[in-house]
Amino acid sequence: MARHLDRRGFLKSTAATALATGVAAPAVWSPAKAQSRQETLLVVSESGPNNIDIHGVGTNVPGYEVSWNCYDRLISHEMKSGPGGVPYYDRDKFKPELADDMNIGDMSVTFRLRKGAKFHDGTPVTAKDVKWSLDRAVTVGGFPTFQMKAGSLEKPEQFVVVDDNTVRVDFLRKDKLTVPDLAVIVPAIYNSELVKKNATPDDPWGLNYTKQNIAGSGAYKVSRWTPGTEVVLDRNDDWASGPLPKIKRVIWRMVPSAGNRRALLERGDADVSYELPNKDFAELKDSGKLSVVSTPFSNGCQYLGMNVTKPPFDNLKVRQAVAYAIPYQKIMDAVLYGLGTPLFGATAPPPAAWPVAHAYNLDLAKARQLLSEAGYPNGFETTLSFDLGFAVVNEPLCVLIQESLAQIGIKTTINKVTGANWRTELNKKVMPLYTNVFSGWLDYPEYFFFWCYHGSNSVFNTMSYQSPQMDALIDGARTAAANGDNAAYEKDVKGFIDLAFTDIPRIPLFQPYSNVAMQKNVSGYQYWFHRRLDYRSFVKG
Amino acid sequence: MLRTIGKRIATAIPSLIGVIVVTFLLTRVLPGDTASFFAGPAATPQAIEEVRKQLGLDRSLPEQFVSYVSHLVRGDLGTSLTTGRPVVTELATRLPASAELTLLGLLIALLIAVPLGIIAAVRQGSWIDHLCRIVATAGVSLPVFFTGLIFVYVFYFILGISPAPLGRLDVFASPPPDITGFYLIDALIARDFETFRAALAQITLPAVTLAVFSLAPIARITRASMLAVLSSEFIRTARASGLKPSTVVMTYAFRNAMLPVITTLGMVFSFLLGANVLVEKVFAWPGIGSYAVEALIASDFAPVQGFVLTMAVLYVLINLGIDLLYGIIDPRVKVEA
Repeated sequence: MARHLDRRGFLKSTAATALATGVAAPAVWSPAKAQSRQETLLVVSESGPNNIDIHGVGTNVPGYEVSWNCYDRLISHEMKSGPGGVPYYDRDKFKPELADDMNIGDMSVTFRLRKGAKFHDGTPVTAKDVKWSLDRAVTVGGFPTFQMKAGSLEKPEQFVVVDDNTVRVDFLRKDKLTVPDLAVIVPAIYNSELVKKNATPDDPWGLNYTKQNIAGSGAYKVSRWTPGTEVVLDRNDDWASGPLPKIKRVIWRMVPSAGNRRALLERGDADVSYELPNKDFAELKDSGKLSVVSTPFSNGCQYLGMNVTKPPFDNLKVRQAVAYAIPYQKIMDAVLYGLGTPLFGATAPPPAAWPVAHAYNLDLAKARQLLSEAGYPNGFETTLSFDLGFAVVNEPLCVLIQESLAQIGIKTTINKVTGANWRTELNKKVMPLYTNVFSGWLDYPEYFFFWCYHGSNSVFNTMSYQSPQMDALIDGARTAAANGDNAAYEKDVKGFIDLAFTDIPRIPLFQPYSNVAMQKNVSGYQYWFHRRLDYRSFVKG
Repeated sequence: MLRTIGKRIATAIPSLIGVIVVTFLLTRVLPGDTASFFAGPAATPQAIEEVRKQLGLDRSLPEQFVSYVSHLVRGDLGTSLTTGRPVVTELATRLPASAELTLLGLLIALLIAVPLGIIAAVRQGSWIDHLCRIVATAGVSLPVFFTGLIFVYVFYFILGISPAPLGRLDVFASPPPDITGFYLIDALIARDFETFRAALAQITLPAVTLAVFSLAPIARITRASMLAVLSSEFIRTARASGLKPSTVVMTYAFRNAMLPVITTLGMVFSFLLGANVLVEKVFAWPGIGSYAVEALIASDFAPVQGFVLTMAVLYVLINLGIDLLYGIIDPRVKVEA
């Protein structure tokens, strides 16, 4: 082949090759690869991880999914049958993961580590790794530390190595949330020696290493990761903390266009997709070609919030007028296509659970009357803000609310805030009227209310709502829960829900659904509090 | 020649400095707070402050600028917060993806638009002239994402002759050894025809989508400049001397009409490279356009600055290349700095 290839010859040959190869293969999978397809799960979603360590600075939600599947925690949750028969994590029942025994005492909990559990590099998991990992979670700052604090896990001194296989976690105070907080994504167990080896004086916890490398003992390992394109995870065949998963390989591709994600599913090329618009899910559900699982967000709801520190929303009657002027049913039909749990028009007093429906309904006459009693017979002007990051739901929702409010004289200008700016705007607490979603990892009403209604004014008390009575009820419920006083707990929970509906600083609209569409031959989906996929339970074929 | 190139590059330096300063300032005045975005949905103000400190965003603007420039000099464009990788690596892997797509799209557009424009000019007022006009109008007026989605719908979803729009290669194929970063070329070099076929199948639809969009300016400019040349005196002389019509059109008219076409081509290329974001989104193509837009949405400064800088450098290089081409096509054109 010493022939000199000139430009013309080259062009000719490439053109010939192009012609000879003809049009493309009809599908993603070529027949030779059918076998591996049976053991491979192809997941498509809009966005991928930016960091595969949940302790990292600014790790995004897709990053949590990698962490969940590649790291073990001491304990995890059992499954129960949830809404619509979907396997749903059981808030109250724990199962061992890295620990094979858990012993809860009065002011501490002791874990015995599973024998034979190894990190991906083969080093055994020891109590020292557990302590180092929990120390890291409470020390690195930012989100992980914040999440640990929610369960009164604040100081490294709380984590004690008893012997090589035993760890004790001491309680700072009695808190019902301490044990559940050890089963969330954050308290993952890291290979301390491996991470320390890759740490630098500037980065004592090795965050730069774990950002792109897994140092865990979990059921899957990341074998390839191209940010913004794909993540490939392979099963860890030596996984000791549970039954060996059925799926050998997970290929997770980022497909930004929602239309294409749907096309991939309908053509049978992709196995699982989430993050589709509600309309697509509703249509896929009706067509019956795929299995579509819709599960209500645990401990979450979308709401319309009002800033109670400034007129006109500092006036209770104005807030009630707005609550009577929301086209609730229309939102359920035209925005959600039925994929949500209504949270309005309750006829009985609310039970001691959350989220629950309030008694307001669309009643424009009543709304007008309340508005004139409040001293605004001709209405007023205000702005209605929403997060463009979730425009598929937020935009039609706000237009419907705008139309309806106009009928009682409240003229609203819609203010679209870009995703990057939304949190800044929320933190400023100056938006008069806005819609937002909040959902808590820990599924307890007092947890939700502590973040959203308590006078300590957290980021999520977006209304700047202050009420000593509310604070007393929330604190009361937390104390009652810690002491196991059920009667007092129920009374306080009912009390704060009732107060939230009477004072109505925020109007719950609906409980959103977490929707996942799968091929018929894919099963084993489980709903988790973090709403991401747990690959370990999936089965194909 | 070398002197000319050197001179041209020297004049580009002030504009590059300008680009560095302006992008730095622009990214800082963008609405959106990086720290609160990356602190996550459940962050306290205190946690946001911690993140801000970790990201070095608590320092004063001049301080941030000095550190940015000193890193830049060492070839370090910073690290993207959204993908967690150094911007230089990201750009290096994503630029070939965009360039391959854009070049192929442009090549297809050229192969259709130039003959179409020439025939339209030669047979002015004929059906081919009208066809040229219709194609051009349709090409510009159809938004790329729309053409792209229609193509995916027809060729993938309905007919099933095109592969799934999943980026540069199908899920099971592995990329060819990295030489140029262009999968088509790398696969050929490695004599890996299966990968070549897979890559070609993936790139066809997005490239055609881009071609449809860039047909219009090229066809219109070719036609207009051919018309101008065809009515000039030297063509009349050539025709009067009894030269073959094909020689008149191709050798004499077209060569002289090429200058404006080349200029347009350069513009279309640099425009497409940055503007094919929508095509990249539709076909899940891992290019630089979608990378920059995602970074912008997340207030992630480093990739945005890196992207603008890269584009500025490319722009300078392309313009330089075109100016040099001028000299080759038409020796009368002197390239002056």
